[in-house]
Amino acid sequence: MIAHAETVPSGRNPLVKFILRWLLTTNHKEIGTLYLSLSFLLFFIGGAMALTFRAELAQPGLQLMGADFYNQMVTLHGLVMVFGAVMPAFVGLANWMIPLQIGASDMALPRLNNFSFWIMPFAFGLLLSSLFMPGGAPNFGWTFYAPLSTTYGPPSTDFMILGIHMMGISSILGAINIIVTIFNLRAPGMTLMKMPMFVWTWLITAFLLIMAMPVLAGVVTMMLTDRHFGTSFFEASGGGDPLIFQHVFWFFGHPEVYIMILPGFGIASEIIPVFARKRIFGYTSMVWATGSIAILSFVVWGHHMFATGMPLATELWFMYATMVIAIPTGVKVFNWVATMWGGSMTFETPMLFALGFVVMFTIGGLSGLMLAIAPVDFQYHDTFFVVAHIHYVLYPGAIFATMAAVYYWIPKWTGNMYDERLGKIHFWTAVIALNLTFFPMHFVGLAGMPRRIADYALPFTGLNTFATAGAFLLGLTQLLFLYIVIKTVRGGPKATDQVWEGAKGLEWTVPSPAPLHTFEVPPKVD
Amino acid sequence: MNSQIINEVITVQLAIKRFFVRSRSYGAWAILISLLSTTVLAQGWDMRPGVTEMSQHLRTLHHISLWVCIVVGAVVFGAMFYTIFAHRRSKNPIPATWHHSTKVEIVWTIIPTLILVGMAIPATKALIEIEDNSDADLTILVTGSQWKWHYQYLEAGIGFYSNMSTPLEQINNTEAKGEHYLLEVDNHLVIPTNQKVRFLTSSDDVIHSWWVPDFAVKQDALPGFINEAWTRVPEPGTYRGQCTELCGMNHAYMPIVVDVLPEDEFESWLEDQRIALESMGEAAIAARSRDWSMEELMPIGEDTYLSNCATCHQPDGSGQGITYPAMTGSAVVNGPIENHISTILNGVAGTEMQAWGPQLSDLEIAAVITYERNSLGNETGEVIQPLTIFNSR
Repeated sequence: MIAHAETVPSGRNPLVKFILRWLLTTNHKEIGTLYLSLSFLLFFIGGAMALTFRAELAQPGLQLMGADFYNQMVTLHGLVMVFGAVMPAFVGLANWMIPLQIGASDMALPRLNNFSFWIMPFAFGLLLSSLFMPGGAPNFGWTFYAPLSTTYGPPSTDFMILGIHMMGISSILGAINIIVTIFNLRAPGMTLMKMPMFVWTWLITAFLLIMAMPVLAGVVTMMLTDRHFGTSFFEASGGGDPLIFQHVFWFFGHPEVYIMILPGFGIASEIIPVFARKRIFGYTSMVWATGSIAILSFVVWGHHMFATGMPLATELWFMYATMVIAIPTGVKVFNWVATMWGGSMTFETPMLFALGFVVMFTIGGLSGLMLAIAPVDFQYHDTFFVVAHIHYVLYPGAIFATMAAVYYWIPKWTGNMYDERLGKIHFWTAVIALNLTFFPMHFVGLAGMPRRIADYALPFTGLNTFATAGAFLLGLTQLLFLYIVIKTVRGGPKATDQVWEGAKGLEWTVPSPAPLHTFEVPPKVD
Repeated sequence: MNSQIINEVITVQLAIKRFFVRSRSYGAWAILISLLSTTVLAQGWDMRPGVTEMSQHLRTLHHISLWVCIVVGAVVFGAMFYTIFAHRRSKNPIPATWHHSTKVEIVWTIIPTLILVGMAIPATKALIEIEDNSDADLTILVTGSQWKWHYQYLEAGIGFYSNMSTPLEQINNTEAKGEHYLLEVDNHLVIPTNQKVRFLTSSDDVIHSWWVPDFAVKQDALPGFINEAWTRVPEPGTYRGQCTELCGMNHAYMPIVVDVLPEDEFESWLEDQRIALESMGEAAIAARSRDWSMEELMPIGEDTYLSNCATCHQPDGSGQGITYPAMTGSAVVNGPIENHISTILNGVAGTEMQAWGPQLSDLEIAAVITYERNSLGNETGEVIQPLTIFNSR
């Protein structure tokens, strides 16, 4: 493809060289590393925010912060985790692994790839700078419902809007790059139905991104014009409609939750067969199930809005459509179990994380089914039950999948094996801590505690204290993860090219660590 | 003796032993599970049964879907843990090679579909009933604003605001918290038993959501919209809820308290409200027909300030950043009186400073302005009369 290794002139100061190398790189592996590093940093920033408000929630009353700062932390935690931790992590994995898995020498559009990444730090710089502005950071939740975010939002809201625009541009460009790469650069012989599941799920995710992100861009633009240019899209007193905001937001928002989980499905589908030493069960139906989930994700957004006063017929449609999603999702879970069935399993850390993913994502999926039942949703809606649900699908879902992927592929990235014992300790402490954190939230929500409140009535005290303790333990376990990753990057037992005994696929045919340039001559797939 | 019999005896003995060991562990599991579920119920960690037919029905639906999830979870995780146990490499060194079965896949597509249809039927029935707002006996307009509820009985023509009554000292942990911490208000909403009460929800500013868990009524209150919900409560009592849509800084401090009275008591309560409304009108006339001294106004002003203004502007008037400006040394408080009065009467557009004109009496507004101008670090020496406020409206 394009020659780009020698973009940095030689003979300069090593620091300048270092900066220029990473700033100007167009190599998919280096950009993948950049994405993963940024995501890791933002994961800790978002986590620290979560611990900040969890500390406030440890006891009723206001101890550590005002309610307004609490709301800022809740808002930024959501935005940073969704757009800063989960999405860039998956894009980073895609950058590293898709060319390796399809036998391409790089992404199809390397310069665009560089551009997509380097937008991100600036986008998050804008977003996080709002913390230091007069009036404070955005304080209306990551869903930024109008008119709280328009007429009543703090001045820093505009920085959030521009930050989201930039993240959106980055995501759309990244998605275009992934689609073009997959469609054009597959090794000879690799037909679509021979692609690894991770590539398939990312292909579908990339289409979701292209369809959903412009809608988000639209809604934040409408916010911006409402705030500054005298329009009244969402302002009832100007003839506008605050509900339109929610419709448009969730038309983006629901596909967004699948953007955050489909690559995780792909990762589980890569890892489980390798450690079960058995081919994935029902590959074709796995592909179709992923596709159906993606299509259905565009027609279920109203289930976030059952309490907004929708007409009966609309409520029924959204209830039924949402319940239907359980079917393809069920197929995926059953197929993973069937893949394991009759296998010859070993339980290295990636497998543990993948299995943890399947079990706890299923718990989140089942509570999602409960939430889909519209009449009962009137009791669940906007309580901690929903908080428990989303964290079960996102933490052991998206984040465990990412961790599984890191443990699985890090020997290929670094050439070193990670510390298996520490990896297992990380897994088990994380599983325990996250269940201690999020399981009680089901109970406290059912008992009637609304979400996003800085202070709560006395009967909710015990469970909240418990969840806060769990959250701090969970934060600590991720420091262990950071330590394991750094340790592996710095050294460790040398990995073989195949790394895992049961591993098949093109990425395992290149040396470990993967050299900067691979597959300059396309491999042949039969 | 032949060894065969001995072998059989040993086998049976082992089986019995295994049975006891296993049943003991099943027993242990059963005890553990029942302990857990008793804890969950005893602690009130399940959905509240509530007091209406609908809330109890929805709880049943909740239990149905919960059990469906538990059973599905048990089957899936059971299979998974079995295979983890039985098909690990040390037990099953040679993996199977099959990887496809259309028959099995059809089965596990159809079974979930049937389960879902089974869940959808009662859910649809319940939803149709929830959305039937016709034939109400009584209609109450519930309007949210930051951060209080405004209740208006449309037929009777009465209405009032309902503010949280938990003192700031309890929130700031300088005083012991009361039993109904954060779930107590100054004016309770009152409804009769056994009548179909329809709630119309709307908002003056941002989106709020009116939720009383014991009635299973949760309806968003949107500016520019009027939504409907209804309840019919058989049991007299006091029921509590709170706002469930993030509505700004004091979202946690927007509780709902509903008193349900037997029908005859409700009628006499309504009559009392009408009389009170009239006497409030008379009191307002009396208030503005005489001059008030600073000594009279200051304590009224302090009360009004603490219960309405202090959550944002702080009890000592120090404010919170640029969003909630300080009263101490404020240009409005120390500037022209007309501007101060209009700020309080009409609010400030596009901010969280709401219009207090409809919520407070002439006397209260006169008193709070007097208080702000002569306390909280300000010393203008001015006394504002209720008549001035009346004329400014």
